[in-house]
Amino acid sequence: MAIDAPPLIPAVREAGQPRRGLRRRTAPPRNRRSRWAEAKRSWRLQWQLYLLIIVPVAYFVIFKYVPIGNAVIAFKDYNILAGPWGSEWVGLRNFELFFSNPVFPVLLKNTFILAFYLVLASFPIPIILAIALNEIGNGWFKRTVQMVTYAPYFISTVVVVSMTVLVLSPRLGIVGDGLGLFGVEPVNFLGDPDYFRHIYVWSDVWQTAGYSAVIYMAALAGIDPALHESAKIDGASRLQRIRHVDLPGIMPTAVIVLILGVGNMMAIGFEKAYLLQNDLNLANSEIIPTYVYKTGLINADFSMATAVGLFNSVVNLCLLLVVNFAAKRITGNGLWR
Amino acid sequence: MSALSMSKLPKPQVKRADAKKVREPFGDRIFLVVITLMLAVLLALVLLPLIYIVASSFSSVAAVNEGRVSFWPVEFSLKAYEVAFSNPKVLTGYYNSLIYAIFGTLISVTLTVAIAYPLSRKAFFGRNVLMTFLIFTMLFSGGLIPTYMVVQDLGMLDTRWALLIPNAIGVWQVIIARTFFAHSIPDELYEAATLDGASELRFLRSVVLPLSKPLLAVLILMYTIFQWNSYFDALVYLKDPDLFPLQIVLRELLILNQSNGGSTNLAQQLEQQQLANVLKYALIVVSSLPVLLIYPFVARHFTKGVMVGAVKG
Repeated sequence: MAIDAPPLIPAVREAGQPRRGLRRRTAPPRNRRSRWAEAKRSWRLQWQLYLLIIVPVAYFVIFKYVPIGNAVIAFKDYNILAGPWGSEWVGLRNFELFFSNPVFPVLLKNTFILAFYLVLASFPIPIILAIALNEIGNGWFKRTVQMVTYAPYFISTVVVVSMTVLVLSPRLGIVGDGLGLFGVEPVNFLGDPDYFRHIYVWSDVWQTAGYSAVIYMAALAGIDPALHESAKIDGASRLQRIRHVDLPGIMPTAVIVLILGVGNMMAIGFEKAYLLQNDLNLANSEIIPTYVYKTGLINADFSMATAVGLFNSVVNLCLLLVVNFAAKRITGNGLWR
Repeated sequence: MSALSMSKLPKPQVKRADAKKVREPFGDRIFLVVITLMLAVLLALVLLPLIYIVASSFSSVAAVNEGRVSFWPVEFSLKAYEVAFSNPKVLTGYYNSLIYAIFGTLISVTLTVAIAYPLSRKAFFGRNVLMTFLIFTMLFSGGLIPTYMVVQDLGMLDTRWALLIPNAIGVWQVIIARTFFAHSIPDELYEAATLDGASELRFLRSVVLPLSKPLLAVLILMYTIFQWNSYFDALVYLKDPDLFPLQIVLRELLILNQSNGGSTNLAQQLEQQQLANVLKYALIVVSSLPVLLIYPFVARHFTKGVMVGAVKG
């Protein structure tokens, strides 16, 4: 077969005759736009590339798409012996049970408040940081601030949570010492449900602000210097230039980051929430992902856990679509054209 | 008045005072001072907790337990590190994490390149379908339990494979790699190579990969740090303590407070608890050290990776 012949073809294509020329034999002249012919041709020239993607595609099928299929057990009474497809259908019973469970409103409230708080707090701070860094010019101070604020991103969740616990520890931690200077009694931050959300959100901001600022720094660097020059000539102060040049300049980036943030809202959270949880703060720290973990793997109720997880995924997808739609309407920028 | 006509004005006409004002008005100087102060505060907020942890780890057991340490070691001591490095759990964890990081990264980078390169080729039939196929997994997933069932069915539970395979490819990393290939490997190279008789795989091996060292560096760093820092998969899929990565060991010792004591003597228990407190600080330093040591060298590449991925948006 002509498998070893491909060297000729790209040269022909380069001559400005896309998908035609020497190979007319295989593509009937009547429909040069035939997808089938195009596929056959691509296969003959690039079969090695198709060979290359077999394993990765198998990975995605097995570890991403088979689980989506397995999620049918949300509508079944899962029986290990019968397997996901052989188990008995129960319709929406698992969802009804979950929605009528007194935990449901609490979980929903905890998850939403935590997620919104996180998005709200972690959105503006990197922007402020990036703009401030952009203003102070290229000195050692700028480099140091950038280097140091970026570093926590590389620390693991387990370590960040342990650090938070140690720093906030009522007897030994430095926050307690600091408050002591002002005559405030030691507070057991982690044992009090009221503090859980603040601890979660602000330790997250501590860890990711520097990293998230990088993308805005790039957007700021991409702003045409002529805009700044002419604003300067017109007598604009630094603050005015930030407001009228920098902010509009990074707007498209900010919108994308916000969409992705909201799109991830319900998906994030397990790792840290689970680590920060204890019996004392459970009232505010139990969120849907941690509940799924406990129901499914600790209590081994696979069907219920899958139903709850599916509910979470669907809510998440809807949020993403709504935010994307709204962003496109308001600013003209979205994830998809 | 437009900027153009402004620039045509002869220079002497601008009064001296005005020229100064254009350079740096009083309000702007105040503004700069405020911004610098704000950044200094931020710098302190990020840095002080880190300094506190390091200082405590080098302090004596008594000083830490009496809460006397702030930002400088009190009664300098290496006791905490001695305890950390003599703990068999920590050593096993370190060894396991190294294995997961090395082999996980190897598998991940290979698979990522294998799918990203064909996706970057414009003439690759079905690339849009394939890309949608990948992106969809970012938007919607079956969830924890259905994935667990797959891992269970494959017999991977409680084996090292459970940490190496189920999260091997990141879609984001594929996007980064694809964008890199599409932008930095010119079509002319492909044409020249094929004219010389190179096959697709030969071209990938002999031309594309040698030209993609910056990309490979970014991918290796991202996957290594991901493997080193992750604990969730191990929590879900592993029961055998001999396979635990460092992060799970850290969780036991740091957060769940399970020091391997077992003594009935009250005084001994108290001593062990005090030792465990200091151990925590040392463990944080020891476990984050490899990552933070290479960090200054890799930060630049990481930044690049973020940028490359952002080109798509």
